[in-house]
Amino acid sequence: MNTTEDDPAAGAVTADLRLRVNDRSRPVCVDTRETLLDTLRERLDLTGAKKGCDHGQCGACTVLLDGRRVKSCLVLTVTADDREITTVEGLARDGGLHPLQEAFVANDALQCGYCTPGQLCSALGMLAEAAQGWPSAVTPTDAGDGEVRLDEAEIRERMSGNLCRCGAYRGMVEAIGEVAR
Amino acid sequence: MRPFTYVRPGDAAEAVAAAAAPDAAYLGGGTNLVDLMRLGVATPGTLVDVTRVAGDEIEELPGGEVRVGAAVRNADLAGHPLIRRRYPMLAQAVVAGASGQIRNMATVAGNLLQRTRCPYFQDVTKPCNKRNPGSGCPARDGEHRDLAVLGHSAACVATHPSDMAVAMAALGAVVHVAGADGPRALPLPGLHRLPGDHPERDTLLRPGDLITAVDLPVLPMAARSRYRKVRDRASFAFAVVSVAAALEVDHGSGGPVVRDCRLALGGVAHTPWRAEAAETALRGGPATEEAFARAAGAELAAARPLPGNAFKVPLARNLIVRTLAGLVEGSS
Amino acid sequence: MTTTAAPAVGSALPRVDGLDKVTGRARYAFEHTPRDALYAAPVQATIARGEVDRVDATEALRRPGVVAVVWHANAPRLAPADDAELAVLQSPRVAYRGQYVAVVLAETPHEAREAARLLHVEYTAEPHDVELRADHPKMYRPAQVNAGYATDEEHGDPDAALAAAPVVVDATYTTPAEHNNPMEPHATVAEWHSGGLVLHDSTQGASALRRTLAALFGMPPEQVRVIARHVGGGFGSKGRAHPHVVLAALAAKQVGRPVKLAVTRQQMFAVTGYRTPTVQRVRLGAEPDGRLAAIVHEAFEQSSTIAEFAEQTTVPTRMMYAAPHRRTCHRLVRLDVPTPSWMRAPGETPGMFALESAMDELAAACGVDPVELRVRNEPATDPATGLPFSSRNLVACLREGARRFGWAGRDPRPGVRREGRLLVGTGVAASTYPAYRAPSAASVTAGPDGDFVVRIAATDIGTGARTALTQIAADALGTAPGRVRLEIGDSDLPRATVAGGSMGTASWGTAVVRACHALVAELDRHAGRVPAGGLTAEADTGEEIRGQEKLARHAFGAQFAEVAVDADTGETRVRRLLGVFAAGRIINPVTARSQFLGGMTMGLSMALLEESVMDREFGDYLNHDLAQYHLAAHADVPDVQACWVAEDDPHLNPMGSKGIGEIGIVGTAAAIANAVHHATGVRVRDLPIRLERLLEHLP
Ligand SMILES: Cc1cc2nc3c(=O)[nH]c(=O)nc-3n(C[C@H](O)[C@H](O)[C@H](O)COP(=O)(O)OP(=O)(O)OC[C@H]3O[C@@H](n4cnc5c(N)ncnc54)[C@H](O)[C@@H]3O)c2cc1C
Ligand code: SF4
Ligand code: FES
Ligand code: FES
Repeated sequence: MNTTEDDPAAGAVTADLRLRVNDRSRPVCVDTRETLLDTLRERLDLTGAKKGCDHGQCGACTVLLDGRRVKSCLVLTVTADDREITTVEGLARDGGLHPLQEAFVANDALQCGYCTPGQLCSALGMLAEAAQGWPSAVTPTDAGDGEVRLDEAEIRERMSGNLCRCGAYRGMVEAIGEVAR
Repeated sequence: MRPFTYVRPGDAAEAVAAAAAPDAAYLGGGTNLVDLMRLGVATPGTLVDVTRVAGDEIEELPGGEVRVGAAVRNADLAGHPLIRRRYPMLAQAVVAGASGQIRNMATVAGNLLQRTRCPYFQDVTKPCNKRNPGSGCPARDGEHRDLAVLGHSAACVATHPSDMAVAMAALGAVVHVAGADGPRALPLPGLHRLPGDHPERDTLLRPGDLITAVDLPVLPMAARSRYRKVRDRASFAFAVVSVAAALEVDHGSGGPVVRDCRLALGGVAHTPWRAEAAETALRGGPATEEAFARAAGAELAAARPLPGNAFKVPLARNLIVRTLAGLVEGSS
Repeated sequence: MTTTAAPAVGSALPRVDGLDKVTGRARYAFEHTPRDALYAAPVQATIARGEVDRVDATEALRRPGVVAVVWHANAPRLAPADDAELAVLQSPRVAYRGQYVAVVLAETPHEAREAARLLHVEYTAEPHDVELRADHPKMYRPAQVNAGYATDEEHGDPDAALAAAPVVVDATYTTPAEHNNPMEPHATVAEWHSGGLVLHDSTQGASALRRTLAALFGMPPEQVRVIARHVGGGFGSKGRAHPHVVLAALAAKQVGRPVKLAVTRQQMFAVTGYRTPTVQRVRLGAEPDGRLAAIVHEAFEQSSTIAEFAEQTTVPTRMMYAAPHRRTCHRLVRLDVPTPSWMRAPGETPGMFALESAMDELAAACGVDPVELRVRNEPATDPATGLPFSSRNLVACLREGARRFGWAGRDPRPGVRREGRLLVGTGVAASTYPAYRAPSAASVTAGPDGDFVVRIAATDIGTGARTALTQIAADALGTAPGRVRLEIGDSDLPRATVAGGSMGTASWGTAVVRACHALVAELDRHAGRVPAGGLTAEADTGEEIRGQEKLARHAFGAQFAEVAVDADTGETRVRRLLGVFAAGRIINPVTARSQFLGGMTMGLSMALLEESVMDREFGDYLNHDLAQYHLAAHADVPDVQACWVAEDDPHLNPMGSKGIGEIGIVGTAAAIANAVHHATGVRVRDLPIRLERLLEHLP
C-alpha cells in the first residue's frame, strides 16, 4: 500500500488499489481523503449505500466489510483495499432476493426507502453477530456466550444505529424477526 | 479535508517512526478521527494506520491480568468471554456506546482517545479553547447542558464522552504505550487530565506515543459489577451521566457491610471520573441506601455545576445510589 | 369494460416500488451524474446579520481540481424572487448565520469541500437578535397565516366567559424549533442544455419547482424540467424550493457544466426550513362537568427577517370543540434566524400539543375522564365556519381506542403506579387534519396489449403514492393493478400539486380517476379496440375542485400512550402507543398503516427528543447533526399500533379518501405528555420532555 503525492504543497494524494466489492475486483485510483461511501457512489456507480449524514450518525451508509457491518462514510477507501466489501447490490444472489429483502417488502418495512439499504446491510451483519452470541445493551448480563434470542427488544437495540425518519421501525422489526426465526 | 499521506506500517516500531512526521496522527477505526477531519477540527498531514500493528488480541497474562490489544475492536472486546465473565461492567459499558457498526470499527485505543462532543469544539467557525487555544470558551455562557460539573476550569468545561473508559477507570486499567523513548505504562484514570489552563491537551500522552495494550487487573469483585448509562435517546446516544460500579459486600449479622468497591462516573468531567471520595466513604461502612447517598454526597460536594447542567448532580447521586443498591440486591 | 375482479382500492397491494428500494436500484436525486459534472460545496455565512465585504478565492482556486468560486459579485443575476430566500447570491446582505454566501465548484467532492474550507470571506457584522419571547417588542400581527387562514378569529365574548367560568385552565406551553431531517438530505443535480434547464432534485413537487425556477431564470416553464423519481422523505421541507436548488442552477449556468450539489446534514439546519418554535397560552373556561364555555388560544412564533412564514398554530382550535366563546390568534416576530417552513402538519402539530395538553389539565381539574371530556365537547357543526362536517368520527376513534387500549377503569390519580423503580401512566389526545384537495392533471394511455400507462407529475416521497395511484387507476379502468404502470416524478408529465398538506392522493387520485373514466368512455367509442398507436385520455380537475360543495372536511383520530418514567433518572420511555383514525376510505391498508405509524413515531420523537437549540451568542442552530439532534431510533419505538374506523364519506373525492400523511403526528406529543403527568404528577408544558424537566419533581 503506497500513496503518491502529486503536489505535496497543495495537491491531492492518491493511491491505486483494487477493491473487492460484491465478489468483483475493481481497480480504482482514489484520493486518500475519499471515503468508501464516496468511492462506491461516485466512482463505482454503486449508489445503493446512501449518504444521510456523512458522520457516522445515521447508518444509511452501512455496508459489510469482511462480513461485519460498518459505516462506510467513516471508512477511508485506502484502508479497505484488502477487504471483502458487500453492499445492498450484492445481497441478492443467484437471481433471487435475500430473505431479508423479501421480508422487508412483505412487511412494508420501508417508506421512502432511503434508509433501507443501510438497514438491510445492518440487519445482515446484526444477525451474524447475534448468532455468534455477541451481547447487546439489552442482553441479560448473566446470559451465556451462546446464541442470542432475538426478541423484539434485542432487534430494536441492535438496529438502533440505523435511523429511519419515515418511522418504518415496526415493519423492520417484524421483518427481521421473521428472518431471525 | 486537508490532503494527507497514508502509511500502513509493518509493526509497532515502524508506526512510531512514521508518526515522527510533522502533523502525523495514528488512525484506528477512524470513527472519531475521520469525523473530525471532515469537520476541519483535525488536519493531519500523515495518517499512520495502526489497526494492524497495535495488537488485536485479548489474552490472559500469567499473573491473571487480562491484556487487551490496543487495536481490538470494541465489539470484540464486549463479546469476549473473559471480559463478559470477569468484568461485566466493561462489556456493558462498551455495548452501551455508539452503535453496532461503530463498535465493529472502533478500537480500544481510539475509544480512550476520542475527543469531546462539545458542540463548539466540533464547529470550526466558533471559538473554543480546546480546539484553538486562547480563543475562548463559549460553552460556559452558552450551551453546556451536556458538559462537566466536576473538575472543569475557566478555560474549558468539556466532558470526555467515552463509556468504555469509565469502566476502565473504575477497574484501574493500565495503558501501555510505545513512544519514541521506549515503552511506558499509565494507569487509568491517570491517562486523561483535567483541563486546567491547557484544555487542548486531553491526556498525558506525548506526541508520537502509540498505545499498544490495556491491562485489566485481577479484581474478583468486578465479576459482579455494573455499568448504568443515562441517556436521552434509548440507544445510540452519548451518556448524560453514567456510572460504573463494583461492590463487594459482607453479609454479617449487623446487616450488609461494604468490604470493597470501585466507582467511576461518566459524563461529568474532562476525564472518566474515578469517584475516590465516594469509595473511601463506602469502604467498611454499611451497605445501605443512606450510606450510598452519603458517599455520593461526599463525591459530589466538589461539583460546580453551571446553570444549564445543575441537574447532573442529583442525577449522578441517584444513579450512584441505585446502582450500588442494585449490586447489593444481586449479592445476597 | 366490465370486470368481476375484487376492487384494488382497499386491498393490501405490496408497495409497487418496494423491490427497487430493497435492491438499491431506486435512484435518488444525487445519484444521477451527468457527464462532466462538477461538485458544488456551498459556503455559509459565519455571522448572523450583516454584509459580505469581500471573498478572497485565491487560495481556494489554487487547489487542484477547483474550477470556480461563485459569490454575489460574480454570480449571474436572477429575476426578482417572490421568496427572498431564493435571491441566492444576489446581494451582500446576510440575514442569518448559515445563509449561503458562495459556492465552490470542483472536479471531486472532497476538493470542493476543502476549497470551501479555505475560502476566505470577510464580513461586517451587525448585532443580531435571535431569541423568541412572547413579550418581544417587535411582535406583530401578520396579515394571514400559512395556508391562507385568518390571523385572528373571535366568537362571542371569550373574556367575559372566562371570567364567569367555574373552572379555568390557564397555561403556557412551549414547543422548540424542530427540523424535518428527512433521511435523504436535499440535493440537486443541475444541467443546462440548449433547450433549458434539467434538474434532478429531491423535491415533493416537480411542477411547482419548475414554475419557481423558470420564473427566477426568466424562462418559460416548459424550458425547465424537474425530475424526482425517488425522494428520500421530505415531511414538508422539500415542498418548496430552498436556496440550494437555485445555487446549483446558478452555478451550473456560470461554469457551463452540470453541477451536483448535496446539502450536508449540518447545512440543512440553516437552509432547508424547520418548524418555528412556539410559545402558546391556552385558556379554557368550563362548567364543572367539563363543558367548555370559552377557549382562548394565542401563539407567538418567529420568522426570518427576509421571509414571512407564519405557522397556523391555533387554527385547529377553531374547529375541535364546541365552545360558544372563542378567540384564537397568532403573533410573529422577525428575527435574525433561518426561515421556518413547513414541517409535517404545520399548525396542527404544535397547536394540538398545547390544546390537548390543556384539555387534559381541564379533565383533571373537573375530575372528568379525558376521553369523556372530549366526547362532551363534540360540536354538531364546524365551530369555525358553521358548515356541516362532511364526516366527523372523533368520538368513534376515542371509543374504539379506549376499548383496544384497555382504558376503561383507569385510575385517574397521578403518580401512584409503580413497577419497581418505574412510574407508569397512560394518556390520551385527539388528532385532526384537514382534508384538502388541489387541482391536478393526469393522462392515461391504453396500449394495444391491454396495459395502461398513467402519467402525472406526482411524487412519492415514501407515502406510497405510486402504489395507491396504481390501485385507484386499476379500479377506474376496471383492470388489475398489474396492468397499470405509473409514470410520476417528472415535471414534463401532466401538472400535479405538491406532495404536501396530506392532499397528494386525494388530488392526484381525482385527476387519475377522471382521466381513466375519460379513457374508458373513449374506449367504448372505439368498441373496446385500442388502435395500434394506443389511446390516450386526459383530465384536469381545476374546475371540479373549485366548484366543490362547501363543507368542513377533516380527518380525526385519537391517540393513546403508556409511558414509564424512571424515578431515579427521569428518563421517559414510551411503552405503548395506539392511534385510531377516521380518514375516509383507506386505499391501501399496508401503506396507510406505515403512514400513520410514521407520523406517530415522529410525534413520539417530538415529545421526548427533538429540539433545535438556538445558540444565542452566534445565532445558529447549534446541535446541527444527527448525533446532537436526536431522532427516535429503533429502541425508542416500542409497541406502536395504528388502526382506523370505517368511514364512508361521499363528499370528498371519487375515492372517498382523506389524507393520512400528517394526522399521525398530531396529538402524539400531547398523549405522551399527558401520560407522563399521569405517571408522575408532573405536568411538562415545554417540549421535549427531557429528564431534567422531571427529575427534581418526581415523587
Ligand atoms: C455517531 C457516534 C456515536 C457515538 N456514540 C458513542 C457512545 O455512546 N459512547 C462512546 O463511548 N463512544 C461513542 N462514540 C465514539 C466512538 O466510541 C469513538 O469514535 C471510537 O471509540 C474511537 O475509536 P477509533 O478506533 O475509531 O478511533 P480513531 O477515530 O481512529 O482515533 C481516535 C483518536 O485516537 C488516536 N489513536 C487511535 N489509535 C491509537 C493508538 N493505538 N495509539 C495512540 N493513538 C491512537 C487517533 O490518532 C485519534 O486521535 C460514537 C461515535 C459516533 C460517530
Ligand atoms: S467547553 Fe472546552 S471544548 Fe467546549 S467550547 Fe469550551 S473550551 Fe471548547
Ligand atoms: S452517512 Fe454514514 S452514518 Fe450517516
Ligand atoms: S424509509 Fe424513509 S427513512 Fe427509513
